[in-house]
Amino acid sequence: MTARTLSVGLDARVALAYPVWRAVYIPGIHGHGGVDHGVDDGEESPVSVRNALLALLEQGPRYGYQLRAEFEDRTGGTWPLNVGQVYTTLSRLERDGLVEGQGADADGHVVYVVTASGREEVAAWFGSPVPRTRPPREELAIKLALAVSVPGVEVGAVIQQQRSATMAALQDYTRLKRRAAGDDPHELAWGLVLDSLVFNAEAEIRWLDHCEARLRRAAHDRGASSVDRAGQAGQVEQVDPQEATR
Amino acid sequence: MSAVLQLDTVTRIHGAGATEVMALREVSFSAYAGELVAVMGPSGSGKSTLLTLAGGLDGPTSGAVRVEGTDLAALGQKGRAAMRRTSIGYVFQDFNLIPALTAVENVALPRELDGAGSRTARKVALAALEEVGIGELAGRFPDEMSGGQQQRVAIARAIVGERRLILADEPTGALDSETGEDILRLIRARCDAGAAGVLVTHEARHAAWADRVVFLRDGVIVDESGRDRPDALLEQAR
Repeated sequence: MTARTLSVGLDARVALAYPVWRAVYIPGIHGHGGVDHGVDDGEESPVSVRNALLALLEQGPRYGYQLRAEFEDRTGGTWPLNVGQVYTTLSRLERDGLVEGQGADADGHVVYVVTASGREEVAAWFGSPVPRTRPPREELAIKLALAVSVPGVEVGAVIQQQRSATMAALQDYTRLKRRAAGDDPHELAWGLVLDSLVFNAEAEIRWLDHCEARLRRAAHDRGASSVDRAGQAGQVEQVDPQEATR
Repeated sequence: MSAVLQLDTVTRIHGAGATEVMALREVSFSAYAGELVAVMGPSGSGKSTLLTLAGGLDGPTSGAVRVEGTDLAALGQKGRAAMRRTSIGYVFQDFNLIPALTAVENVALPRELDGAGSRTARKVALAALEEVGIGELAGRFPDEMSGGQQQRVAIARAIVGERRLILADEPTGALDSETGEDILRLIRARCDAGAAGVLVTHEARHAAWADRVVFLRDGVIVDESGRDRPDALLEQAR
């Protein structure tokens, strides 16, 4: 899928309604900066989901569907949860003594409440920084590292293609931001998640700009030193005057 | 639909001989009514040259720059100055307000120079200040305002008199990120209301407010990202 079709497709979905991220995967955006991909892992819930559900339960008793809806509402559906995962997480939280099941309500939903140690857990989460772990395996950095070291790859084109795709994603996020400009807490929560995506995309583009500048500098220096070796003043004119003025 | 701004195979060479630098190389570029286009590139890529040519502050070595269909070169010095007062709004990084004039006087000046009576000029200037959300600061001098407020005055000056082409050169460069965003919202709103906008920036986050982002390298447009204009899609289909 090219950046352009993604761009158009996303916009069409935005026009209908958000959450819009359900079917969208944007390479190099999602999965940055410690965002966990544990959604479909089944096995162990990511810490962020576990703690987010606990924090929601601190607001009052809720059942699984409610928790999922509130989680997605506050994060704009950026990281969709399936309800099975919510119940798996709840039963683990119950096992660990952080929540208690209250039995089914009139409609048969099992309602959960947070325990005292659950509240402590939430307080500890808000009171400590998210650990910066080993850098996540980053496809783009790996691709560029190989592009510069494998002969025959046009690195500039690799960079520009990524910059263009990431810019298209950034334009999509910004379009969403323009719609979500309200100041009520829910709009604000979703707005902050969008800002996180915006800043991540921006960081990637800045890094790409930086890579390009370094590569050009390196190419220029190589050009200059080969001229030095040749010792012929005439060859200097082959250096691009634009490069020379930079 | 015709382009509000059209650069037709424009080349701009600065200097001559050994120090000659080709700032723009046969660039063709258009901005249409209702659209905001961002131009991105590193220093020396030609993005500021592109904007000064578009604003008639400089002329191309070859090729043509047309604003609402009129070739700026054919207008002559006087005609270009009139065009800048009536059709082209320019927003600079450092605001460029006249320190001895109040906000409303700064905004009214282009209209007065254009022959509008001072009462009329003041009236449209006040309306423009209202539009950018600082009507109550009309009587302040630039040094009595924050950077964000000064830039709002500059935008009011750029849009006063229904000008249809807004050119912005790093308009958020001197502002913090949230104030910068407010400024982009204003430029964006003006384009949504029917103006054509060209925004030169090196910040991706700001370029992302545009419908299209054009990438310049060494005076050449190397790529473009964003939505195609609907009529561009039609042209392709033909």
